[in-house]
Amino acid sequence: MAKLPVAADQLIKKYGPHKAYAPQSGFYGAHEPDRLVKTHCCYCGMQCGIQLKVKDNKVTGFEPWMEFPFNEGRLCPKGVQRYLQNNHPDRLLNPIQRAEGKGFEPVSWEHAMSKTVSEIRRIQEKYGNDAFAMLSGVSITNEKSYMVGKFARVALKTANLDYNGRLCMVSAGGGNKKAFGLDRSSNSWADLAHAEVIIVAGANISETFPTLTHYIWQARDNGAKLIVVDPRVIPLARTADLHLPVRPGGDSALFGAMLKILVDNDWLDHDFINSHTSGFEETIAAVKDYDLDWAEEQTGIPGEKIREAATLWGKAKTSFLLHARGIEHHTKGVENVLSCINLVLATGRIGKPYCGYGTITGQGNGQGGREHGHKCDQLPGNRDITNPEHREYIAGVWGIDEKEMPGKGLTAYEQIEAIHRGEIKGLISICFNPLVSLPNNNFVREALEKLEFYMCIDSFLSETARHADIVMAGSLHEEEEGTVTTAEGRVVKINEAVTPPAGARRDGEILMELADRLGAGDKFSYTCSEDIFNELRVASRGGTADYYGITYKKIVDNMGVFWPCPSLDHPGTPRLWEDRKFRTPDGKAHFNPVPYRPASEVTDKEYPVVLTTGRVVSQYLSGTSTRRIGKLVDQYPEPLLEIHPKLAFQYGIKERDLVRVKTRRGEAEFPAQVVETIREDTVFIPYHWGGKHAANQLTIGNLDPVSKIPEFKVCACKLIPTGSKAPDVMTETAYQSGL
Amino acid sequence: MIPATDYNQEMAFFVDMQRCIGCHACEMACAECETNGQESMIHVNYVNRAESVQTTVQVCMHCEDPACANVCPADAIHKDDFGVVHSANTSRCIGCSNCVLACPFGVPKKVEEAELMMKCNMCYDRTSAGKKPMCATVCPSQALFYGTREEIERMRPDSVPVNSFKFGKQEVDTKVSIMMPKGTHQLIVE
Repeated sequence: MAKLPVAADQLIKKYGPHKAYAPQSGFYGAHEPDRLVKTHCCYCGMQCGIQLKVKDNKVTGFEPWMEFPFNEGRLCPKGVQRYLQNNHPDRLLNPIQRAEGKGFEPVSWEHAMSKTVSEIRRIQEKYGNDAFAMLSGVSITNEKSYMVGKFARVALKTANLDYNGRLCMVSAGGGNKKAFGLDRSSNSWADLAHAEVIIVAGANISETFPTLTHYIWQARDNGAKLIVVDPRVIPLARTADLHLPVRPGGDSALFGAMLKILVDNDWLDHDFINSHTSGFEETIAAVKDYDLDWAEEQTGIPGEKIREAATLWGKAKTSFLLHARGIEHHTKGVENVLSCINLVLATGRIGKPYCGYGTITGQGNGQGGREHGHKCDQLPGNRDITNPEHREYIAGVWGIDEKEMPGKGLTAYEQIEAIHRGEIKGLISICFNPLVSLPNNNFVREALEKLEFYMCIDSFLSETARHADIVMAGSLHEEEEGTVTTAEGRVVKINEAVTPPAGARRDGEILMELADRLGAGDKFSYTCSEDIFNELRVASRGGTADYYGITYKKIVDNMGVFWPCPSLDHPGTPRLWEDRKFRTPDGKAHFNPVPYRPASEVTDKEYPVVLTTGRVVSQYLSGTSTRRIGKLVDQYPEPLLEIHPKLAFQYGIKERDLVRVKTRRGEAEFPAQVVETIREDTVFIPYHWGGKHAANQLTIGNLDPVSKIPEFKVCACKLIPTGSKAPDVMTETAYQSGL
Repeated sequence: MIPATDYNQEMAFFVDMQRCIGCHACEMACAECETNGQESMIHVNYVNRAESVQTTVQVCMHCEDPACANVCPADAIHKDDFGVVHSANTSRCIGCSNCVLACPFGVPKKVEEAELMMKCNMCYDRTSAGKKPMCATVCPSQALFYGTREEIERMRPDSVPVNSFKFGKQEVDTKVSIMMPKGTHQLIVE
């Protein structure tokens, strides 16, 4: 492994991203498909139902799936255009191998497999098993997540397995486990539509989970008050009853101050607190000195608005609190989440109709992917890899000796740091593009360049895959059967619409052959995805994420089943905690004191402006697929720097001026978009691009101590106008992420 | 004579700008409609991005007395028995843009490459088969809704559908309604 085998522009020329506006074969047959396949969108955690049109083993379009209960045909632009990832000209159609000075050249599957296995053996014999690591994504099915976890521990025999949920919702998971002992949003969205007051904190629902917007509007039609906490006026905030423009990093001060107001006014559910919770006294002691002046100073939100929010929340009979990455992507992400949960518990509005709480998962299988054991500290069923009983149970399911099972490994960003230090020498990744999605990505690139061997399974040559020695041509979402779990905890069925094109293989089959060649074939003798799911069911049985009672047939018959579902006659659990039996050791929901502390990097004279990052509606995560779909690219082709007119005036920045944004990690230039819809002290850049267009050159790799999530949402930057205007069409190459 | 069709005359189209999140799903879905040849007949725009994230969505309002059809010298624009004002008949349209200039809502677009006017025909291939228009089907915030007037009045108690518009002295009644605050009867554009 070294630098790229050839310049990035040469790789882009051959492997893209190129924009596709139509299927390669044209729209022939789109209106007379051979069949319609009911499945789900491959993007965010809503997992909207959709029907794919299939003609001659190619996806040619879509038809709304009106009967699927969550979205009833509704889709966002990504869902509408998702069919164009299939049969895309950039698709990898065979394994390829790095060729110095030439780029990549096709190799046989036999060569790709034998080379990978020999490198794994060489590195592990020389440096130890844990020197070979694995990184996985959660856009993959539950079955693949489960198999990745088992593959890493049983076939690869490494402790160093982690996943890109580490960049997503692990802070919510950490908070959920501390407070409830179980990691899932508490309710189906059906409850949301009837809540009296809704807080949406750090969740740009209108751009990142657009189909959830309908539920918010339903609630408002029913009279709900909407409070949006966000440094920007996101589209949902435009008409909200209350928009709280929090300074990035100030979230837990806001929620702490609201808790204080609840206590001062006795807007508390004492019966619930006394009977079903612990830790209340310590928690309110931590906020006893919070007054509105202090809160205003920490959050940047006028104190009266904070009081108004607390009053709306405090006086309501029913409520729903939703959050996403805006409060989770912090070095105190878990604390932010816990400070939200404290508000929910103080008012006792959980486990009953129209009352709920939860995180909204950003990735397609962000929920299921955090349950089946491809986290470094976790075994299937959301079991703890350090717990002897849990280890014993899973070892039994896998047919191995518990002593052979590796222990807790490094998290995703820690793996990159370990590669940088030379402790990890080899890497397999699947469905993960850390060179775009991890913070401080110049550091990530340096790490990739230090690997002795890197094998990547992907369908397209992503920015990270360009650094691989071997890229195995894997499968797309529509080429596999399996299940995913939506953000509301509903397990749904993904149905195979087409088979992989000749030369590519299903990801699961690739892992199975590798396992076989590594000597663990007898542990991976599945004949179909249902075989894997049935093993997953058993592995999850008795765990907090219990899928045992869910079968493929049951999912299809009911259009989804909510976990936990512990037995075959169990209907599933759309609403948690109705029995008040929390999954903590003492059976109670736990308040957690959250003393306020600042972000890991605050502004100073040298770096006086706050930088925050996020998503736009037409792109998904690192854009591996969406930056190849023409209309999605054209909608928002390049990352823009959102800046308030007052801040822009200070620097003499006008619309489309090119601004160099510099942090302690790196610098990059972005066209300015001067808008009043952002805080005056904060700038925003979306993160979907790599190379010179990457927001994540600038962000910081500091981690939350519990969840190990990086602090994407706040760092200090300086703005340097370049004196030049960005061209009107900076668009032709911006989406390609060259270096 | 009404042709044999599954077109349901009780169904109507409602636009609620307040709900629009500017996602462009409607445009992309519109282009997937069988008759549109990958062109969108609905358009989403920011009102003033410098000040707001407010977007508007412009769909053909299907006027009761359509100015576009009235001014068409080639008689290419036809309003059918269900009140749907159809896109220009390709064999008749001479690309003169009279319709573009006449429409008070600014809806018809002349597609220069084809020398042809194109506009929304209420997804006629779908609505005549008992389906909903593509844009309203996918709209994730339901800023676009296709259903009965009773349905929307029940679902959205704080607003009211308005299909009467006044542009200066010109009064226009439409098949499509805009959702307005309760008590509004006519939308007046001075």
